This record gives sequence, structure tokens and C-alpha cells, in this order.
Amino acid sequence: MSYALFLGCVVPAREPSYELSVRKVFRELGFNLIDLKGATCCAPIPVESLSFKTSLAIAAYNLCLAEEADLDLMTICNGCFQVLSRANLLLKRDEKLRTDANDVLVEVGKEFKGTRNVRDYLQVIYGDLGLEKIRGSVSKSLKGLEVATFYGCHILKPSSVLMFDDPERPHILDDLVDATGAKSIPYLHKMRCCGGLLRGISDDLARKLARDKLFNVSQTQVDCIVTVCPFCFLQLDLGQLEVSRRFNEPYKIPILHYPELLGLALGMTPDELGLHTHRIPTEPMLNKIG
Amino acid sequence: MSAKEGVEVKIREPLRTSDLDQSFPEEIMKHPGGEKLYLCYQCGSCAGGCPVGKITDSYRPRQIIRMALLGLRDEVLSRDSIWLCASCYTCQERCPQGVEIADLMLAIRNMAADKGYAPKAFVDQASALIENGRIVEISDLTERRRSTLGLPSIPPASIEAVRKIVAKTTFDKLLEKLRGK
Repeated sequence: MSYALFLGCVVPAREPSYELSVRKVFRELGFNLIDLKGATCCAPIPVESLSFKTSLAIAAYNLCLAEEADLDLMTICNGCFQVLSRANLLLKRDEKLRTDANDVLVEVGKEFKGTRNVRDYLQVIYGDLGLEKIRGSVSKSLKGLEVATFYGCHILKPSSVLMFDDPERPHILDDLVDATGAKSIPYLHKMRCCGGLLRGISDDLARKLARDKLFNVSQTQVDCIVTVCPFCFLQLDLGQLEVSRRFNEPYKIPILHYPELLGLALGMTPDELGLHTHRIPTEPMLNKIG
Repeated sequence: MSAKEGVEVKIREPLRTSDLDQSFPEEIMKHPGGEKLYLCYQCGSCAGGCPVGKITDSYRPRQIIRMALLGLRDEVLSRDSIWLCASCYTCQERCPQGVEIADLMLAIRNMAADKGYAPKAFVDQASALIENGRIVEISDLTERRRSTLGLPSIPPASIEAVRKIVAKTTFDKLLEKLRGK
């Protein structure tokens, strides 16, 4: 199974271990991920806030790259997933928006045709492979590990557009965590936003939201938080140092992206997955699984 | 940004109909996501579930929608609080009238940006997109870290494509104007 891999901006630049684990885990699971030549930023909320028309055109440009490669696009960032899915849907169903976008795309020799789909990597693992196959691929069960899952917002909402999972009571990530042998543990306000998009707008509010998330998780004594989105990861990993300092609450909760957790369960070593690049040391949870 | 901005309009001079610009809500409704603005019946489900509203008085989506419906164009577009929505879409999921509140906030922001209002962080990120094709810069240090991990160097983004697109939508001009402020 082949997909065009859409890297986005944050993952390759700031979270290389996440990209590494995606590449390794997907190869191990039998997927062929193709890098898209010339792909740009998806033009997310900061751009969309200033000019929807520009954001839609840039998203459409990237969708055209996948159409030309004759592949569905696989995202590894909630932001990219939401922007590109929404653009794809709007452009497919609204003729006026499509005509407007194509008027812009003429400038770069592209035309949006609406022949391809956008999928997030969790959908790909869950849908294409399924839980049984994941369980069958696990060579090192993570039994005994207790995990707080954190979906983030833009993989689920707006659900009318993304159609990913129940927007308020999702289960896909929890099921995928449980498939590694680890156990997903509920916690207070699990679905509440991390505040990532408020960074730079109001750092104070962004830190408060991250702090509440870390505080609520810390009450459960789980071994780590498993994230899907690079902004949530940034808020909770690097952000954890800021929060600990600012609120004088020394949190030490390891944060893992799901493919990093799955990589461990597939028998890959922490070094192979680049876990040493995280700001919050992952050793405490790694020692638990031996 | 004033911490109490959100409650500022609670006690105020009476509104005069001459202050209200009825074309304002109509204009919002022409934007994708703004179409259902008139369906709002002010129940407050949006504010009730808002994670930002829980930690500050400065942001109340219901209030912004009410002001938009009244036609308080300048007051809405110039408010700092329209930029405090974290775009988590909880309100949009829960709105019993199907008002697409988070998208509506983006539509209002587009109109504010046209009037010259936008936070520096967003202007900087959008400028980086035109400069590098990405909103996060790839430094030499990034490339060294990647190669240590055995990752390929990042495929170059088509900066040329981005520049042609933003020239066509005149987004480059808008950013120039916003940077000048």
C-alpha cells in the first residue's frame, strides 16, 4: 500500500524522532511512503485567519501534487490533516470555490481535479491494517504500561468535515494503544485543547491550558502521554519545562507520539526511534517495559 | 491585551441604531463558515464549553456573535479577543443551531486583517511561509540533527509556487500592510 507522505512544517523541523518513527514503523508494517516533491506548508490557522482564499489555494496546490502522483495523501500532523481534508472536501463539493482556486492555480500550472483523498496516519493504520494485524505484529508487548492518550482537536473536529471518529468520545487511539499491550487510562478533561495555537498570541493562556492538561494527567500516575499531533507534543514536551518552571510544579511525564510507542512494541530500540531527542526523558517509562 | 476586555461592554452607553451596521453580519455570512450566523439564538453552549473561556474573562464567543449580529463592525474587528479563539472547534461541535462558530471566527479575522488588524505572531508565520515555503524554518542545526538520526534531508518546498499563489491572491500585499502597522 502506497501513500504520499505529507510531512508538514513542524515535524521535520522540530520533531525528527517522530518522522523517524513514522518512516520506520510504516516500512515495517508493509507500507510504501512516497515523499512529495515541492510540497509546502499546508497554510494552517495562522494563514487561514488572515486570508481564507490564500490558505485554500495553497492547500489545493499540495492536493494537486498528490493527484499528480496518483496517490492518497497521508498526513502526520493534525493541523495538516484538518486543513487539507477540509480544502479537499470544500473544493470537491463547491464549484465556485473550486473555480476560484483553479484561477489561482493556473499561475503555477496546476488544476485541482478532486481525484484523491486525505487520510491521517491513524486512519491508515486503523483502517488499512486493523487492530488484529497490529496485535499480530507486536513482538514486544508493552503490558504493564499505563498511558494517557491525547488526540488533539484537529484530527476530530469539525467532525462534519473530518469524519474521523466520535468528536467527543473517540476510541481509535485508545484501541491502538491497547493493541500494543499497554493500557489507556481515562483522565479528567481528556478532550480539552492543549492551547498550542495560542502560543505567540497569548503565551500565558497557552501555558495555562498545557498546565491543566499536565496536572490532570499527573493525578492518574500514568507512565506517559501518547500524542498524535506535533503541536500537542510541543506543548506538552518542551512546554512541560516551561510549565514546571512557571508554576513551580515539577512535572516529569514522558510524552510519546503514537508511532514511537508502536515502534517499541514492534521491537525497535529507543535509540533506533530517536527517543533521546525528547525534552522530557523517556527513561522512566522505558525502564518499566524493560 | 487587557485581562478584563471581555466584560467591558456589560455596562455601556445605550446603542443607537445609527451605530449599527446591518451590512456587517450580511458580509460575514458571505464567507465560508459564516453562512449560519443568523441562526444563533444566544444559548451560550459555545461559551460554556470553551476551554479558553474557562481560564480567562477575555474571550466569550457568544458575546462576539451577538455584537456581530447587532452590526458593531468596528468594535468586533478591532477587538483583541477575536484572536484568542484556540480553534479547538468544541463550540462548533456543540452548537444546537449548527452555527460554525470556529470557522465564523476565522471569517471575522479575515475581515479584521483587511482592516489592518492582526497579531504579530500570525503575520510572522505567514511571512515565513512566503520566505521559506514553510512556517517553521529549517536551519543547518535541524539538518544536522536529522542526519544524525539517519533521516534524509527535507525535500525543498516550492517557494516559487507559494510566491506566485500569494501574488495572485494579493496576500503578499496584505502582509506588507500588516507588517507596516
